[in-house]
Amino acid sequence: MTPKRKKRLIIILSIVLGSSLIVGLVMYSLNQNINLFYSASQIANGEAPVGTRIRVGGMVVDGSVKRASDSLRVSFALTDYEKQVNVVFTGILPDLFREGQGIIAQGKMDENGIFQAIEVLAKHDENYMPPEIAETMKAKQEAMK
Amino acid sequence: MIPELGEFALILALGFSVILAIVPLYGAASLKTLWMEYAKPLAKAQFTFMLISFICLGYAFAQDDFSVQYVANHSNSQLPMQFKISAVWGGHEGSLLLWALILSGWTLAVSLFSKGLPLDMLARVLGVMGIIATGFISFLLWTSSPFLRYLPRYPTDGADLNPLLQDFGLIVHPPLLYMGYVGFSVAFAFAIAALLSGRLDAAWARWSRPWTNIAWAFLGAGITLGSWWAYYELGWGGWWFWDPVENASLMPWLVGTALMHSLAVTEKRGVFKSWTLLLAIFAFSLSLLGTFLVRSGVLTSVHAFASDPERGFFILVLLVLTIGGSLTLYAFKAPNVKSESSFGWLSREMLLLVNNVFLVVMAVTVLLGTLYPLLIDALGAGKISVGPPYFNALFVPIMGLMVICLGLSTAARWRDTSIENVKQQLMLPAMASLAIGVIFPFIYGDGFNIRVFIGMSLSLWIITTVAQEFKGKFRTSSSVVGKLKQLSPSYYGMMLAHIGVAVTAIGITLVSIYSEERDMRLAPGEVIELADYQFKFLGTKPVKGANYVADQATIEISLDGEKVVSLHPEKRRYNVKRSMMTEAAIDPGLFRDLYVALGEPLADGAWAVRVHYKPYVRWLWLGGLLMALGGILTVFDRRYRKNAKQQGVAHA
Repeated sequence: MTPKRKKRLIIILSIVLGSSLIVGLVMYSLNQNINLFYSASQIANGEAPVGTRIRVGGMVVDGSVKRASDSLRVSFALTDYEKQVNVVFTGILPDLFREGQGIIAQGKMDENGIFQAIEVLAKHDENYMPPEIAETMKAKQEAMK
Repeated sequence: MIPELGEFALILALGFSVILAIVPLYGAASLKTLWMEYAKPLAKAQFTFMLISFICLGYAFAQDDFSVQYVANHSNSQLPMQFKISAVWGGHEGSLLLWALILSGWTLAVSLFSKGLPLDMLARVLGVMGIIATGFISFLLWTSSPFLRYLPRYPTDGADLNPLLQDFGLIVHPPLLYMGYVGFSVAFAFAIAALLSGRLDAAWARWSRPWTNIAWAFLGAGITLGSWWAYYELGWGGWWFWDPVENASLMPWLVGTALMHSLAVTEKRGVFKSWTLLLAIFAFSLSLLGTFLVRSGVLTSVHAFASDPERGFFILVLLVLTIGGSLTLYAFKAPNVKSESSFGWLSREMLLLVNNVFLVVMAVTVLLGTLYPLLIDALGAGKISVGPPYFNALFVPIMGLMVICLGLSTAARWRDTSIENVKQQLMLPAMASLAIGVIFPFIYGDGFNIRVFIGMSLSLWIITTVAQEFKGKFRTSSSVVGKLKQLSPSYYGMMLAHIGVAVTAIGITLVSIYSEERDMRLAPGEVIELADYQFKFLGTKPVKGANYVADQATIEISLDGEKVVSLHPEKRRYNVKRSMMTEAAIDPGLFRDLYVALGEPLADGAWAVRVHYKPYVRWLWLGGLLMALGGILTVFDRRYRKNAKQQGVAHA
């Protein structure tokens, strides 16, 4: 091989190796860090894994929000108008958290079937319904027809 | 009447951009001087009518003309005047109008500051920008005209601007960001013009560089401002969320950074030419992709705008045409591009290449993380979201490697450098930064911390190597002042921007590791301690603003019994939309921010209160501004002006 070709070969090999390493790392960390979305029904049916970080979305059930008197612990129920899941969260809720509002909670299921939220997200728009919820609702409506 | 005038002006602007897209390009292809000469007046006409159109919309906002749908949906008679004006770009239609206005502004700027450009090059660049303008203005007219009316029955008052957007940050943030996004269209147009004409030499790189650097500086400033806005306005003290909309602005910035460096090598050494072209195409494509992601609502984001599938589809078509068309052209023309010199393994070229690869890899990982949920959804494999840990896990190490190369490149010369030379120059900076990196966590924190050590050492590595190189400039010259004057603005710009990287890195490291935060239930008179500070809650009182009522709390902060400051965070309730808004109160400082936000009212006058101690958080934005400032400074190089004059003479 001429020196020039050798140099080219080294460059190409290092590009191939480097990019496959990067793709591998990316795929690995993607798999470690994706949060699957579950609807309230899926959780009620026991489809969600316990102890894994997931997202759950739904409408906050009217009259379900209960606060502790001595801390920032809040509990409420989420519904997709079919089944409910109970959520517990400690901290400050977003401004647009309200009963009847669509929200997404991020956290883990515990052994008692209660969702321990680490983060609660509400959209800054009163008519907002998370797309994930909107879609499950639509599927429900069509199934009912 | 005025809104109709605006619509009419927009149609005229479309007419001019169509002609701009056809005539000069045809003239350049067939060497007809007269046809090429049309480019400049067309650019002026297009800008004039875009400006008229934009002023008409602004006028409709200022006059509270609620018969215009867009005004009715985004403004209100109670809104203070400055927010009425900024509400022009508070929604989809208006921000697109701003986008198109800025595009025509850049087109005008190219036509004005192009005395050195050969006529055919100018005609091609303006023609390509005309094509882009045609796409965007038709998009405006067909799917999102801001001038549509509610007639005959229109609302008596408007629906108000989203309270989050009623803020100084929003007045400035979108225009700056768009200046950057759209500015890459100039670099793109230059790349396409180079491919069309086959002229791709040092002169081409020199013409293209100032535009790229300015666009990059604006984008950086826009991102910085956005981060600052999110920090004080969203009320949870975060400054970067890896939100799809943020990612959409970060990707073109990363590729733009790569482009800027690659252009430098193309100008100085005549290599990386086809790579530079590819980067220019991708920087603008990513800007378009960003627009598509934000505007089409395909992503669940904290601050995505209202979505409309038809609009999304239109932008997607624009995106496919731009990327597809330019890459096809690239595939046919790029093989003709030849490098003019070679370089060794340890040379400035090589290190800049490595820096480019890192930047592009970062952009790709961000792109993957942003699009992966879409892909999985499209495949029907479930709904997922990719969290910040993914981005941090990949972004931070690559950034670290890149910073190491940054330091090395200050010691490397063009063509080739001996390892001995590099070692000799960098031994001292390496030792110094490692030593301070070890000591710092002991002095500032309470013991060794590996992450602080790495972050601080890397940041100091940049500062010390840049300083070492700067010092090296004086080795051969006797007069310090003379040398200072002799160094070019672009050299100072580069130094400033690199120091900016270090400042941002210090900010990120320290605020990520030493931040303290507490959410507490506080009754009036109660105190929380955080990072040696005592926060005393003195209760709330009602206050009234222009278009809201609020509960304003008083929180007295003291350090070791001595009062530092009183902060007044608010919980606002906006009259029109009845929406709640947290207005955090911040005591800013160069070395620490004290941040207080109200949660919700609890029983007996108690409130949920969130307090943050944020050390060095300002450095993050300070660094961003330094980078942007550095980018601007590079444009003042004498060689851009001198060259313009010489070329002008040659042409006359």
